[in-house]
Amino acid sequence: MYVVIVGCGRLGTLLADGLSVAGHDVVVIDRHEASFRSLSPEFSGFRLTGDATEYALLKSAEIERADCLMATCSEDTLNLMVAQVARHVFGVACVLARVHQPAFGAIFKNAGIEIISPTQLALDAFRERLDAGATKRP
Amino acid sequence: MNIILIGGDQTTYFLAREFLSQGHQVTLINRDPEDSRIMYQKLKATVLLGEGSDPETLEQAGARSADVLIAMTPHDHDNLVACQVAGLQFELPRTIALVNDPENESIFQDLGISVAFSATRIIASLLNQQTRFAAITHLMTLGQGQISLTEVLLSASSPVAGKTLHEIDLPENFLVAAILREDVVLVPRGPTRLAAGDKLILVGAQADFKTILKQLAGE
Repeated sequence: MYVVIVGCGRLGTLLADGLSVAGHDVVVIDRHEASFRSLSPEFSGFRLTGDATEYALLKSAEIERADCLMATCSEDTLNLMVAQVARHVFGVACVLARVHQPAFGAIFKNAGIEIISPTQLALDAFRERLDAGATKRP
Repeated sequence: MNIILIGGDQTTYFLAREFLSQGHQVTLINRDPEDSRIMYQKLKATVLLGEGSDPETLEQAGARSADVLIAMTPHDHDNLVACQVAGLQFELPRTIALVNDPENESIFQDLGISVAFSATRIIASLLNQQTRFAAITHLMTLGQGQISLTEVLLSASSPVAGKTLHEIDLPENFLVAAILREDVVLVPRGPTRLAAGDKLILVGAQADFKTILKQLAGE
């Protein structure tokens, strides 16, 4: 699979390393070149320095060929924009965006992109443990 | 009108001042505490400190009853999402976004923004129009830069001076909308004869303007 990862922070780095080691073609994009230092020596994909909200940069990443785009930056608005552009302008089939603000999940539910909310995931995990604990109690 | 303005720079401030002087109601949203304080002191407007894309901040700003939202921050993604949240969540009828990367202009419109405008493109096109022919004044563009409204001053050497509009073979997608002759406005018809010194107000497709300007100016 050809996977484009936007943002090379903690999440982006782990995703890029893992997918590259698993044998996928990976391009990771970040505004700051220094961010790529956190990638492991086993990472065999491409590093692209630049602003992913710039159309020309996404074009140069040949994003229209991508099987999946993952937007993992720290800014919600940036992830939402890049994900929508990938989906609607470049026609990428699978688009995932990390979004912290829980309210955005409902607002963008019909935008054709999949939103992954760390807050929602933690909430679900906490609730699940609580429910499991409650049923276990004698 | 009830206007929500997002941004903190000089342009946002002067735009807010302009709208207020026209009698509109303005609510400003700004992420910088210092900029917000200055705006609050200088303008008779509500100033909210926060993110323009945050649904709660937009709610406080009265997004439910506002007529238009204008997002003018230096970040295209903040402008896009603020406009989308306003439209999707609060059904705000008209959203306007500044795009910094001119290539985002059409992308934003595809993503549901009513109007996306690029300062870069506006300034570049003004400059092009101004430097190419001295006797031509570009007045404005409409429809995302596709339609141009332009004034052309006919010189004595113009090949069309002295001819009627019937006699000139104008391209189909052009219209001489008005003629200014010594401060008199003429609405041109086919038999109207053009004269040197006439100012023609032209409306037409921006892309084909070179052709008609050659015809009128003889350059």
